[in-house]
Amino acid sequence: MMKIWLRRNFSALMALSPALLIVLVVYVGCTIWSVRISLTDSHILPSDHYVGLHNYVRLLNTDRWNTSVGNLVFFGFMFIIASLVTGTLMAILMDQRIKGEALFRTIYLYPLAMSFIVTGLIWEWILQPTLGIQKMMRNFGFAHFHFDWINHSSTVLYTVALAAVWQGSGLVMAIMLAGLRGVDDEIWKAARIEGISPVRTYISIVLPMLGGAIATVTVLLALTVVRLFDLIIAMTGGGPGDSSEVPAKFIYDYLFDHQDIGLATAASTLMLGFVLVFIGPWQIWQWRRDVRGAGR
Amino acid sequence: MKFSMKTAPLRASVAALAMGFGIGAAAAAEKADVMHWWTSGGEAAAVHVFAEDYDKAGGNWFNDAVAGGDAARAAAINRIVGGKPPTASQFNTGKQFDDLVNNHLLRNLDADAKAGGWEGAVPPLFLKAVERHGHIYAIPVNIHGQNWLWYNTGVLAKAGVPVPKTFDDVLADMPKLKAAGVVPLAASTQSWQEAILFNSVLASVGGRKMYVDIWSGKGDKDISGPVFAKVADTFKKLKAYTDPGANNRNWNDATAMVIQGKAAFQFMGDWAKGEFANAHQTAGKEFGCTILGASYVVGGDVFVFPKNKDPAQTKAQDLLVKVMMSKGTQLRFAAKKGSIPIRQDVDVKSLDICAQHGHELMANPANQTPSVDMVATPSVVGAETDVINKFWNDPKMSTADFVKKFAAAIHG
Repeated sequence: MMKIWLRRNFSALMALSPALLIVLVVYVGCTIWSVRISLTDSHILPSDHYVGLHNYVRLLNTDRWNTSVGNLVFFGFMFIIASLVTGTLMAILMDQRIKGEALFRTIYLYPLAMSFIVTGLIWEWILQPTLGIQKMMRNFGFAHFHFDWINHSSTVLYTVALAAVWQGSGLVMAIMLAGLRGVDDEIWKAARIEGISPVRTYISIVLPMLGGAIATVTVLLALTVVRLFDLIIAMTGGGPGDSSEVPAKFIYDYLFDHQDIGLATAASTLMLGFVLVFIGPWQIWQWRRDVRGAGR
Repeated sequence: MKFSMKTAPLRASVAALAMGFGIGAAAAAEKADVMHWWTSGGEAAAVHVFAEDYDKAGGNWFNDAVAGGDAARAAAINRIVGGKPPTASQFNTGKQFDDLVNNHLLRNLDADAKAGGWEGAVPPLFLKAVERHGHIYAIPVNIHGQNWLWYNTGVLAKAGVPVPKTFDDVLADMPKLKAAGVVPLAASTQSWQEAILFNSVLASVGGRKMYVDIWSGKGDKDISGPVFAKVADTFKKLKAYTDPGANNRNWNDATAMVIQGKAAFQFMGDWAKGEFANAHQTAGKEFGCTILGASYVVGGDVFVFPKNKDPAQTKAQDLLVKVMMSKGTQLRFAAKKGSIPIRQDVDVKSLDICAQHGHELMANPANQTPSVDMVATPSVVGAETDVINKFWNDPKMSTADFVKKFAAAIHG
């Protein structure tokens, strides 16, 4: 059995082996290495002195880490829900066979072509009271116009989410539009004959059929959330105070600036845990769907 | 120094690039591969002085610049650990290279120090900063003052405010400046800039001894005392005199506010001089510089020389040390860098008045106040910077709260 399988797939295996090697050595290998470092008392150089879970205890007692995780969760929910809603609404509007659809599709997708650094800088300028909207409105004569959310601890995360949604909803729109276009016309005809309103048709019939697309989009957005770093660097620098700090920035600062790689790798190990919790169920769901599809 | 912060977003990618190149470029004999993070205009001009003088002395300088201090140090450490060390590599004066010494990765430079006559020429504070277990492991190449107060002379004159001598003066002047329609203090919420401001207050209000005791972890009593509380209060009071645009502002943008007369004061290291020079302003004319009190907070840069199996490389290292520490090179380097020479035995008349004042202050050991990087480990400095950052930005955080958090973080 094994021999036949090997012979049949030999060339494929050969072709894949460099990639497989890279995945095993670079990704898996380095991940294991990082987890190992997180159990040692390493500062600037990796050390072999194991200290058990000491770094994890220190990490959980670090205010900035706990704030960072809280910020990420808060931002994550806001960003994913807002992106899903705006992106889907845009997709539904596009689905009305409007004129110049290609043009709109391009415009909505454009933000996605930008890096988060650029997005962050643009939005910082727009939201900075001495430069952006507030200044503009005051120049127009509204002397008491006030809009400085980016400078306040309690509101800064909304501004970050705003910038991220601006960038991310185009992607949601593209995927959802593809899903909507895949819906059989017969369903629409049937709904029309039954006299069901288009809004109701979308909510009760069409969107539930797009479960796969929604799951995919959610996972993609969730990955953006976990990796959130450059947007923060460009837009707020984690401030004011630590009110927009996120785990990725925490890890970066502790790796390079604080020279505390033990703590930094402990933090990244925990982040890996979060990601597995997110991605795991989705992977299982995909795998089961594939198996079902293959059995048909 | 921290001025590399302005390139923060670039750091990661540049580091990756640099590491890629670093591994590819095997050092040929005699070629001196010098890693540093001096990439901005003034910095590059300064490092060019080293390169020029080194080549003149018969060496072959290979410029290995990596943008961003963090990234440059990470790249250097990777190469040293990976067995392909650079000829020389930059660090900040302080504890950043402790681990490298303890793992026997750096060359002992005792002989070079003796030959160069460092003893007596280099301020004891800086000589001690490169000494580990009684041996010398790095060369200090410059002295940067970190607690300078920069001011716009025109703005002060117009508001009728004399140049302040203490922080009480500063606090008294602030309302007048505000009334005159300028931003009294050009500040930023970037945490390292807040830390510079805080340490300026601590050195001035608390004095040199308290500053050193606290940062070296021997000042637990001081931290809970009334003077430290006054330091914290003074620091926090300054916040009211900053503008809303301070959020995440780059240090050079803050300096630009003083240059353009939009702001009166900025607390920043002497690297800010480069910005004034670029705007064709002269110290003592359009802008002024002063230290509040006599405690002069100083830091700087050093170069370390990783151990090497190649004798040609070792020779290249010895020549580098000799050139970088020579009087003429030191003076020309300092002029470009905005720092002051590491040697006390050079004539600084050709430098600007701020540098001359700094050089004068350095002559008295009682004024020499080490930068926090020299007395505390990076992880303690980092943790305290987080605490200071939180205190500055959180209106609800009380002084008592701050003192408690500060005391908890000082022992790592």
